[in-house]
Order: sequence, then structure tokens, then C-alpha cells
Amino acid sequence: MSPDKSGTRHFWQQRATAIANVPLVLFLLWFIVSHLGAARADVVASVQNPFNAILLVLSFMSILWHMRLGMEMVVEDYVQDARTLHGLLLLNKVFTAAVGVAALYAILRIFFGA
Amino acid sequence: MVERNLSSRPLSPHLQIYKPMLTMMMSIMHRITGIALYFGIILLVWWLSAASVSDGYFDFVQGFFGHWFGRLLLFGFTWALIHHALGGLRHLLWDTGRGYDLKVVEWLARANLAGSIALTFLLWIIGYGVMA
Repeated sequence: MSPDKSGTRHFWQQRATAIANVPLVLFLLWFIVSHLGAARADVVASVQNPFNAILLVLSFMSILWHMRLGMEMVVEDYVQDARTLHGLLLLNKVFTAAVGVAALYAILRIFFGA
Repeated sequence: MVERNLSSRPLSPHLQIYKPMLTMMMSIMHRITGIALYFGIILLVWWLSAASVSDGYFDFVQGFFGHWFGRLLLFGFTWALIHHALGGLRHLLWDTGRGYDLKVVEWLARANLAGSIALTFLLWIIGYGVMA
């Protein structure tokens, strides 16, 4: 854990997002399985349902936050060199943010009529 | 850090010293599946993005996931997701201070592995049912 007194917050956020991820991942699995081999129009119609769109956005928020925290632990466990460590921690933030922006962009683009 | 290791004091034994145990393997698998999911989520974003682009591109992506290689990737992804989720539930139980009895720990490790495999196959049976 990094020596900046953020350890407890890290721990709690990891658990909070883990708990949130349980129902959200069940929703995602349902969403994916129910659209296996589906035509694009069906997926578009489903994403345009506000209930699904909001749950999709929440899923990505919670999962990506959890991913960022998890990868921070992995990086901090294995990387000793300070420069590499901070570089990878930054890359981790950039990667998870980029995935989030891409997902949000796709969802909003479908929602507002792709 | 490095200077300390150069002293003549004994080092604590590392991974390769221990006999592999199921609980140890499950702990490592939790981390490995987490890392796999970290990159695997790109598949989901790719699929959603394709749906936002065009009919032709979406059909191409659906075709990729329908191909045996795409299905293999998805199968691995679903197993990793379910394994990591069950492992996470195990950790949440431990966070409450329960489940540390050795017999319970061993049972949880087995249940995690068996449960993840069973649920993955169940999900895929449902999936093939949806497509049929």
C-alpha cells in the first residue's frame, strides 16, 4: 500500500465496488446472453431502454473503478523501481479511464440514436 | 532494500519453496483472473461500440464472437469472471471475520473452483439455448 495514508480508503472502495459488482455483473451477463447472435437493431433497442442504459453505465463505472484499484495492488506488489511504479500507476489510470470513455461514448451514441 | 538482502540473515522462503496447495492456487487464480478480466473488458466495449457504429461492422463483430476462436475467448472470459466473482464473495466473507477454520477454507477453495466451472457450463448451456 502506498505510504500516503490512502490505504483504508483503497480497501473500502475495493469492497464497496466488489459488492456493487455482484448484481451489476449478473445484469451484464443477462444482457450479453440475451443478445447472443442478435441483430444490431435488437441491441440498439435494448440499449435505448433507459433502465438498461443506466445499468450499463453504472456497471462500467463500478467495474472500472474496481479494476483500477485491483491493478494498483498488483503493480505495487511487484514493481519496486519508483519511476516504473509511478509510470505504471499512471498508465493504469489512463487505461481504465479510456475504457470508460469508450464505453460511455458507445452507450450514449446508441441511446441518442445511432 | 537491496542492502538488507545482502546480509547473512536468512531470507524468508518464497513461492517455489512451498508444496502447491489448492488454497494457494485459488489465491493466485483470483489475481490472474482479475488481470485477465482487466483486459477482457475490451471485448465487451468492442461489442457495444460496434453496435453504435453500423450494421455491417456489428455483424462482423458478432461473426467474430460466433467463430470458434471468439467463442473460446468468451468461454475463458466468462469462466474468469465467474471464478473472480466467487473468489470475491469468499474474500467478503473473510472480511467479516468468518470462514477462517482450515476445513472451511479448504471447502471454500473447492467450492470456488467447482462452482465456477459448473456455473460457466450452465451459462453456456443457457446461451446455446438462447441462440437455438
